[in-house]
Amino acid sequence: MSELRYLAPHTLDEAIAAFAAAGSAARILAGGTDLLVQMRSGAVKPGLIVDIKKIAEMTAIEQTADGGFRIGAAVPGAVLSEHPRFGRAWPGVLEAVNLIGSTQVQGRASAGGNLCNGSPAGDSVPALVAAGAMVTLQGPNGRREIKVEDIPAGPGRTNLLPGEILVSFTLPPRPKGASDAYLRMIPRTEMDIAVVGVGVNLTIKDGVCTAARVGLGAVAPTVLLVEAAAKALIGSKLDDAALKAAASACSAACRPIDDKRGTIVYRTKVAGVLLKRTVAIAAARAREN
Amino acid sequence: MNVISNNKWIGQRTIRPDGADKVTGRAAFAADTNMPGMIWGKVLRSPHPHARIKSIDTSKAEALPGVKAVVSARDIVDFPVDKSVMLGIQDMRWMCRNVMAREKALFPGHPIAAVAATTEAIAAHACELIEVDYEVLPWSIEIDDAIRPDAPILHDFLTFEGKPSNIAGKLEVKKGDIEQGFREAEVVIERSFSTRPVHQGYIEPHACLVSVGADNKTTIWSSSQGQFMVRAMTAYLTGIPQSDIRAIPAEIGGGFGGKTIVYLEPLATLLAKKSGRPVKMVMTREEVMRATGPTSGSKSTVKIGAKKDGTIVAAQGTFWLQAGALPGSPIRGAVGCSFSPYDIPHVLAVGFDVLSNRSKVAAYRAPGAPIGAYAVECVLDELAEALRMDPLELRLKNAAKQGTKAAFGPVFPRIGYIETLEAAKAHPHYTAPLGKWQGRGVASGFWFNAGGESSAQVNITEDGNVVVTTGHPDVGGSRAAIANICAELLGIDYKRVSVLIGDTATIGFSNLTGGSRVLFASAIVVTQSTDKIITTLRERAAKIWEIDPEAVKWENGAAHPASPNAGQFEPLTLAELAAKAPVMGGPIGAGVQLNTEGAEGGFGTHICDVEVDPELGIVRVIRYTAVQDVGRAIHPGYVEGQIQGGVAQGIGWALNEEYIYNKSGKVDNPGFLDYRMPVCSDLPMLDTVMVEVPNPKHPQGVKGVGEVPLVPVMAAVANAIHNALGKRFYSLPMSPPVVLEGMEDPEIRQAAE
Repeated sequence: MSELRYLAPHTLDEAIAAFAAAGSAARILAGGTDLLVQMRSGAVKPGLIVDIKKIAEMTAIEQTADGGFRIGAAVPGAVLSEHPRFGRAWPGVLEAVNLIGSTQVQGRASAGGNLCNGSPAGDSVPALVAAGAMVTLQGPNGRREIKVEDIPAGPGRTNLLPGEILVSFTLPPRPKGASDAYLRMIPRTEMDIAVVGVGVNLTIKDGVCTAARVGLGAVAPTVLLVEAAAKALIGSKLDDAALKAAASACSAACRPIDDKRGTIVYRTKVAGVLLKRTVAIAAARAREN
Repeated sequence: MNVISNNKWIGQRTIRPDGADKVTGRAAFAADTNMPGMIWGKVLRSPHPHARIKSIDTSKAEALPGVKAVVSARDIVDFPVDKSVMLGIQDMRWMCRNVMAREKALFPGHPIAAVAATTEAIAAHACELIEVDYEVLPWSIEIDDAIRPDAPILHDFLTFEGKPSNIAGKLEVKKGDIEQGFREAEVVIERSFSTRPVHQGYIEPHACLVSVGADNKTTIWSSSQGQFMVRAMTAYLTGIPQSDIRAIPAEIGGGFGGKTIVYLEPLATLLAKKSGRPVKMVMTREEVMRATGPTSGSKSTVKIGAKKDGTIVAAQGTFWLQAGALPGSPIRGAVGCSFSPYDIPHVLAVGFDVLSNRSKVAAYRAPGAPIGAYAVECVLDELAEALRMDPLELRLKNAAKQGTKAAFGPVFPRIGYIETLEAAKAHPHYTAPLGKWQGRGVASGFWFNAGGESSAQVNITEDGNVVVTTGHPDVGGSRAAIANICAELLGIDYKRVSVLIGDTATIGFSNLTGGSRVLFASAIVVTQSTDKIITTLRERAAKIWEIDPEAVKWENGAAHPASPNAGQFEPLTLAELAAKAPVMGGPIGAGVQLNTEGAEGGFGTHICDVEVDPELGIVRVIRYTAVQDVGRAIHPGYVEGQIQGGVAQGIGWALNEEYIYNKSGKVDNPGFLDYRMPVCSDLPMLDTVMVEVPNPKHPQGVKGVGEVPLVPVMAAVANAIHNALGKRFYSLPMSPPVVLEGMEDPEIRQAAE
């Protein structure tokens, strides 16, 4: 029978030292809503668990000097939704984070865990990709910042270096006329995993879309940034032709598999449908800002 | 309608006796029981769909520190395949091979051996150390693959039409002359359908704790739908006499038919016997999904012929039901129930029991009947369309009623099917406007219901209150309903009646909770027991008053002198008579044991509205009304709950639930995340209409209510989708990818515009 050690350090340095020293036997515990389930099913048997919830930076939400937000990697969805300003600036990111699990799970589950779990179907990831979020990583060799879309490496895998911990997300300031939205397709109404997920972030000025980013989940080994879809939207008045082109770009970007959650044909079609619906929501929100 | 309305407790929504314990976490389910010295049992399961077991070497597992016992098929009593030994609906030949693989592993998840060790982790590790030499065999999962001429045969000793076959049985129900019937028909509709196996989905996994004494006296705590079934099955499979086994029923966290069978109890008993320690076993959800239940998947063909005026003259159905790896699919429910709501002169229904390499099916809420009704009620919908008749009118025109001879045998007494159709037709739901991409469907259903053996003991406590003990696990409100009945009969507050479920040593034999039989049967034995007590109470009062017992009446919880002594004595209450019991003849109590008869079938008619998302293929049920003849609703809240529960399960079956198999013949979605039962937010409020046509053969008019509500649902949903799209789906589930693919049919959009 293998032994399991549990640490809950108060500083990032302590956490990194222990995590790096234990190598591949170690796992980071934020909300634990993936890790504990994986352990219970026997899928992982860690020798060390490093609980990061006692590290202040990991659970803080701050508004940055330029008007953006920095969100600790272990901030639970429920805490994020109670923040007085975050949801107004980033309603799409918030609704995506709040889709991770049930109400009970929301008390624990974090965007950081959702990203590091490496699932192509993680709900918060397409919205954060669309948002243009950056992540701060810290490891034995110091800090670095990379784009959210560069974290996933494949199902269950990330590009984090050995000993690195995801510290926080940074979201840029919001110009006037900007907003975002996230929609996912699930066969049920809740308690399910995305068959397709679409995050759209856009800016509208004088009725014209001046900036857009589209994140697409559950249709490829990693969450995708669909630049062709964004291009189709930018410069348009989000008319039917632009939406159709963006939808086609999303469908074209899909590299899905047939599995128990959906077929290739279904996922490819639905990616386009959801793109149109998500743009409509994001645009309606943007016009009010 | 003949509704009794002057009752004080019958028909009241009394507080459920198990409610406080359940909402505060005090209720003890099977996994909540622990004992000093207890160890843990785990099962090694076959990774293969089909394999001959050449040898099992348990020596390494036995040598692992902490391991206290290992058992395999050689420890289980063998029932040779050439002689059937029935226990209820189960054949022990198949049971002994289902609880532990004997000659062959027959499905992935089939138990191969079991280990008991000081911790769960050691037991699980020991299972990995067991060396099994398998000769892997070809396998089949689906019906079509299992009945091909070159299909791999699961059991060489089973033959069909003289040849080894995976068709384990055939059942036929006949009335009139089917060929003559179709010659008379002017409109004939024939269609084929398929359904997937679906799991009962009880939230509580199978669990038990077993302690075996040095003298073999055995105590079993477990979650089941029948402690006497647990006792008998365990006795058969372990060789311990029933008199040495005490089976104590735990509070049950759902069964829906799936706990009318044992999986763990015989294994835990043998492990406890070998180790000398109490053994606890709790299945994981994955084990539940791989190795228990479900109900059958099916394919069927139904053909119905009618005159142009809507008179149905002939109906034929062929139903192929999956049994899983051992015989016993519910073909009786499919062939017996499907056409029973209708008065049809010529009927032929044939069912085939088909084996394949998947887990052995277990009962599920009206076993077989929903499968048959799905096909029949969809064909009736098409028939109504072809005849340009309202679908409820078509059913009314052909409805079974008092005097109709059902194809499966009996002549119906007074039944309430027509009343359900009329109530559905008159309900505002039936004529409410529908929007774009919305549709409405109706369907009916029938279930046999059951009587059978029940025992009750009713005792008056020294302080004049009442304890009722019955022998049936309460899955649907039987304790609350029995308290209502007993309080009504005794004329006392229902809070003074405690209803308990006895174990096999403390109450007489009671058949399991199933077939919607429990309240029907236990109300009879409780009523008779209570009547005996009332007789005793009148005798006691007569003795005190020194008058004739015939001149004492029992009213409002007290004995009153009747004519010619009316008014001569102060009434004697139950409490006063209880206090005087020691000097007036001793303790007051009565028990009755009966094989109850007179359970009459139940009928329901449902109306379902759906809305289809044409771009995503998602179907949502947006309104649902279930009308049912419930006999007499002793506790209306529970009856409504039963109806709503059945409908919820049917909507899951219709829209999303299915076992998904991977290429190696294993279930790929063995959990509630990907086996998609509906969650609360998937369903609208499920409206219920209780039609009360009392059962003339029951003291309170009770009919079984728990199973009927699942029977019509899939057809109601399918008919509603057809109404919304103008296109019909002939397979379940009608899940988003299937519906979206169907949306490509160019006629659909036109129909919906």
